Formats: sequence, C-alpha cells, structure tokens
Amino acid sequence: MTSPALVAEGLRKRFGANAALDGFDLTVREGTVCGLLGPNGAGKTTAVRILSTLLRPDGGRALVGGFDVVGQSAQVRHHIGLTGQYAAVDEILTGRENLEMWGRLYHLGKATARRRADELLERFGLTEAADRRVKHYSGGMRRRLDLAAGFILAPRVLFLDEPTTGLDPRNRTEVWRAVRSLVAQGTTVLLTTQYLEEADQLAHQIAVIDRGRVIADDSPERLKSLVGGDQLDLVVADAGALGAAAGIVARVTGAEPETDADVRRITAPVRDRMEALTATLRALREAGVTVEDVALRRPTMDEVFLNLTGHRAAAQDRDEQEVAA
Amino acid sequence: MTVLLAPQMPRTLPQRVGWALADGWIVARRALVHWVRNPTVVAYQLVWPIMMVVMFGYVFGSAMTVAGGGNYREFLMPGMFGQTMMFGIATTLMAVTTDASRGVTDRFRSMPMSSSGVVLGRAIADMVNSCGELAILVACGLAVGWRWHEGPGNALAAVGLLLLLRFALIWVGIWLGLLITPEAAAAAWAPLFPLTMVANTFVSPSQMPGWLAVVAEWNPLSATVAAIRDLFGNPGMPGDSWASENAVLLAVLWPLALVAVFLPLSVRRYRRLAR
Repeated sequence: MTSPALVAEGLRKRFGANAALDGFDLTVREGTVCGLLGPNGAGKTTAVRILSTLLRPDGGRALVGGFDVVGQSAQVRHHIGLTGQYAAVDEILTGRENLEMWGRLYHLGKATARRRADELLERFGLTEAADRRVKHYSGGMRRRLDLAAGFILAPRVLFLDEPTTGLDPRNRTEVWRAVRSLVAQGTTVLLTTQYLEEADQLAHQIAVIDRGRVIADDSPERLKSLVGGDQLDLVVADAGALGAAAGIVARVTGAEPETDADVRRITAPVRDRMEALTATLRALREAGVTVEDVALRRPTMDEVFLNLTGHRAAAQDRDEQEVAA
Repeated sequence: MTVLLAPQMPRTLPQRVGWALADGWIVARRALVHWVRNPTVVAYQLVWPIMMVVMFGYVFGSAMTVAGGGNYREFLMPGMFGQTMMFGIATTLMAVTTDASRGVTDRFRSMPMSSSGVVLGRAIADMVNSCGELAILVACGLAVGWRWHEGPGNALAAVGLLLLLRFALIWVGIWLGLLITPEAAAAAWAPLFPLTMVANTFVSPSQMPGWLAVVAEWNPLSATVAAIRDLFGNPGMPGDSWASENAVLLAVLWPLALVAVFLPLSVRRYRRLAR
C-alpha cells in the first residue's frame, strides 16, 4: 500500500455563524479518484479550497502530497492543479496563449511552456481550436482548457470542483474522458460533484459529505449497495390503483416503496435489477394494474442522502443547486 | 508524454525578486493584450477626456474666467490630465474585480507563482495604459492651444508627478477591487466625478464658497494639478492657503502617503482572501 496522496484530519472552518466544515476527515490513496458527493452548502467547495491552499482552516490539519497545506503551502502549490467551478481561463486570449501564459507562470521557461501547451491542446482535443479566442469556445471546450491549465505541471494531486456542472451530456462525456486520461497517468484526483452518476463513472472511492462532515466513505459498489442499489420507477395508468400497486411492489421487491400521487409514480429500491423488473411487472399484470411507464435507474443524490442521513438535502440547498446548474 | 520537472522554488532574495519580475511581466503582458484586442474599451477611455476638453474648453469655457487671468483652455488642460489619472482607478478596479469574480485570482493563488508578481503586473499594465492616455491627451491639448512654457525639464517633471499620482491610485484600486464586485466597480464613476471636480481641476477653489474651497484645496488631486500648472507655466493663480503655496511638496507627499497606506492594505487584503 502506497502512502496517501491526501489526508485531511478533523478540518474545521466557520464563516460567521455557519460551520462550513465540522470535523472533515478524508484519506485518498495515490493514483486514485475520490468523488466528494454532496449538495450545495454541504462543504465540498470549502474542503477543496482548504486542500488547495486557498483558504486556511480554523482547525484540524491536512497533508497534500505529504506537505502541510498551511505550513508548507508553497510546496503544496508545486504539486497540485485546481479547476474551479468557473472555468478560470482568459476569454480574450486564445487557447494556446492561455496555456503558454499559465505555463510561464509555473516558471517552465518559454520554450518548455510552448511545447507543453501543444501537448496539452492535443491531449484535450483542442488542437484545432488552439488559435481561436476562448470566448468563442463551447462550455465543454472551456472546461477542458481549464483542466489542461490545471494539468500543466502534471501535478500529483488534481482538484476538480464540480467540473461538469452546467454542461450538456455530450460536453460532460468529453470532460469525463479527459479526466480518465489524466488518471491513467497516475494523477490523484479529488472531484466534487452533485451527481452520483458522475462519481460512479469516475471514482474509485466516494465520500458523501453532509453539513461539513464525511458521513460515508467507500467504493462506489459498496456505497450503492448500502443505499439499496438501483431504483425502479413505475407509473400506473389509474390513480385509484396506486395504493394497491404500491402494495404489490412492496411484496415483490421486499422494500418500502415511495409513492407520488400527483404523477401516479411508485419508486422502490431494487437489488437484482432484471429479476425485480420482470417479477414486478408480472405481478402487476396479474392483479390487473395497467402500467403506463417503467424505468430502472441509478439512485439520485437525494435518494442516497435520504438513505444515509434520513433527511433530504435541505430545500434551500436544492434551490441553490438549480441556480448553479 | 514528456516528464516535467517542477521548477526549483526560489530560495535567495535575488531569485525571489527575479520570479516576481518575471511573473509581473507575464501578468502585465496579458492585460496589454486585452487592451489591444478590445480597442473599443480603449477608444472609449480615450474619447472621454477628449470630449471633456471640448465640452469644458469650448462649451463652458466661453463663460469661464480664470482667477488671476489667462486663457481658460491653458488652465483647463492640467486639470484634465489630473482628472484622467484619477479616473484611471476605474480601469484598475474593473480588472481586479473581474479576475476575482471569474476565478482567475484563485488560479493565481493556487500556483507556485510570486504573489507580488500579480500586483506588480497590474501596476505595470496600468502605468503603460496611463502613459498612453497622457500622450493622447497632451496631443489633444496642443491642438486646442495649450503649451508648456517652462522648458522640457519642468514639463517632464510635471508628467512625473501625474504618473506618481496614478501609481498611488493603483494601490487604492487593488485594495478596493478585492472588496467589491465588478458591478460595483462599473459604478465607480459616480463617486469619482465629485472627487475630481471638487478640486482645482475646472474652477479655482478661490471662486468656490468658503467651506468647499477648503475641501477642494486639500484634495490630493488639487495638489498635483496646482503643481503641474506651475511646472508647465499655465495660468491659475494659486490661493493663499498653505496647501496652495506648497503644491509641489504636497503633490509628492500625497501620493506617497496613499502608497504608504494602501500598499500594505492591499497586501493584507490579498492575504485575507484565505480567511
């Protein structure tokens, strides 16, 4: 077992009366991806800002690449890359000029910075757009350029703060592909996200954060089984049959389903996807319940939350989430 | 894929200064490229003082009398130079607030670059910008009949005093810029107007009501403008207050005092971003 790339112990940070981090513990092994999953306001960004030396913690300590983020912040900065929630790239410069500028600011020297810019443009699929100004880039291209800028020094630890928030599915896939290629080089990644699917796609380890603390920290597989695997959604044709149908679903899946009368929907966690699906549909048909729609899907972050914490992500947080998206 | 060695961190003082200068130059060059590629912003910045010269020189100027006698446009131009230096603070504010709100400042802070390089770059860029503005405005002044009468040495000293004021205001701009949003920065004109007009820029304080005259005479801008009128040999009778009689001294002391206060405040504010 190699030494951890990142260790946080009991990090605390307050903003006025609000405790953004309240005993945050996390260990990420070298060369792995850790997904930090939680709603807005849970403390994800505060954690990333402390670990990337932008913010001082009020208490606790953290080592990144073996260096203390408070006492050895200069050394930490030599070993990290950061991609924030906003694509912090210069709109007026071209993609190539951006990377050359950041490379020079990393003190690579003119020729090396230029060569490095070429390599990164190629690797992030931006060669064709290299000499266009960034303000003409799509959202996905900006994020990829931002990622490339965070990767100039091939850092040991890369922080990605909600790298795909606000991107459409195609751009999201492009960013995921870019992240995977970085991980293949051995970079350790700490990624914050509001989407379980994103963490599931990229991470070896998922830490769920709620109110400034990590409340679950495990592999995606274990975490998903912890929260009850996939979800089965059923929409019945007749609102009057909802109660009876929910009873049948409960009997077949062995779980207590949730019902939403407004949209005539029944939702239940299932373990054996296909078996649960066919058995439920057969039982409903035998009972004479007409099913209008059916879907198997991964749990949303809300459902993970409900399962782990017994409370939903606060309504106010969800509003912010929508604004951010 | 090439393996990159992270550059050695600077250890000695000369190495650190070297890093700061190198970073400062790169940051400054970025700002200069912005201006070159956004000529409308620069054009607006330049049209503004020229418009003011026309408005005050010809529209109001016909009704103006210069205290102590003399051509109003010769009186006006030093005031315009001074006002333009003051308005330069809006350029600094806009750049600093935009970088902070877009995450660019955070990227700088997460990098192993010299933090003094960031502010140094801002200072270099803003000084280059101001030199350009002054050059255009001098040409504009020459076109409307303004001249320097005390030789090139004194004229250069006057330009030096103007740039000293602008340099001092960069630190006010950086400090303020780290406190406010780009939206607030866009409204900087509102307080800048009275600040630059309750001074000896357009009208001599001796022609103002008593209480206002005191404020105007002690305005740092008045010190610079009175001093450069003296150095250019332009009309404008200095008042008989201590501030008016020691304008050149104050034109040096005021900016130094601003730097002494706002440079440490800016550094402190930058560090406090980590709070």
